[in-house]
Amino acid sequence: MRLSPDEIIFWQYGFFKLNATIVFTWGLMLVLVVGSLLVTRRLSKGLERSRWQNLLEVIVTTIETQIEEVGLREPRKYLAFLGTLFLFVALSALCTVLPGFEPPTGSLSTTVALALCVLVAVPLFGIEGQGLGGYLKSYVQPTLIMLPFNIISEVSRTLALAVRLFGNMMSGAMIIGILLSITPFIFPIVMTVLGLLTGMVQAYIFFVLAAVYIAAATQIHQPKSEPSNPPGKPGKETPWTA
Amino acid sequence: MDSMTLIAVASIVTAGLTIAIGVIGPSLGEGRAVATALTSLAQQPDASATITRTLFVGLAMIESTAIYSFVVSMILIFANPFWNHAIAQVAGK
Repeated sequence: MRLSPDEIIFWQYGFFKLNATIVFTWGLMLVLVVGSLLVTRRLSKGLERSRWQNLLEVIVTTIETQIEEVGLREPRKYLAFLGTLFLFVALSALCTVLPGFEPPTGSLSTTVALALCVLVAVPLFGIEGQGLGGYLKSYVQPTLIMLPFNIISEVSRTLALAVRLFGNMMSGAMIIGILLSITPFIFPIVMTVLGLLTGMVQAYIFFVLAAVYIAAATQIHQPKSEPSNPPGKPGKETPWTA
Repeated sequence: MDSMTLIAVASIVTAGLTIAIGVIGPSLGEGRAVATALTSLAQQPDASATITRTLFVGLAMIESTAIYSFVVSMILIFANPFWNHAIAQVAGK
């Protein structure tokens, strides 16, 4: 039994290996990019629109509202990054119903890469949001003593993001593999359905956590006395923190 | 018992203990979280969307600690680093 799709190697030439993780990642990227290119080639502004355009609009507006609910004021700015994370993880979880497909997120390399993207993106968005000095000041926020702990939390939450996604996707495949040898009928199907649900929830969590980290980094710390909310949009200022 | 058997016994027993003990805390926590969410759903049915969303995210975060122990036990069984080291030692002899 194997732990990750890294161990299935399709082609090897010296140092270069083409394993199942890379192949399925490319496949997913191809499906996402070509699919959205085909759909967005003929966009209509009127009420008559194709069903694929409808689907994409539903997805994009849903992601936008979710980003806004987490506490980011301008969701359009973060839509590209966060939406890509969500769509990739969700599609790789959904495609597990296809026979022969190994989810690339079931490999620790993929999840670590995704988590590293979040680790890099959070300071970038933070510096863009409140300037270099303002972002660096957020590390010493309550007192100077908290500086090492803030840095540790930055690293440990990246590790937690990676291992959480990897563990969930890997355990789904593993449990189905073990159950196939014990009860080959029907019960693995139930576990597959449960795995689909877990995969979607994990995709959502990965996306929401990345959004929360970015929201915490871009938030400008203001004194409590002045009202920071614009009127008409109450209660969206502080994101619930994980 | 030679060293290979010792490593095998220690790995298997530790893998079982890891998942058994590691699951106790998250399961208690998940039970508490669901119970509290149900109570607040009964008190405020209007806020059901927010409560359900937060509940799902919270459940997955609680669950991730159990997943960590699962990953450790799977590594102990299927990708044991000490096992490979011992095999390399034996082969080198």
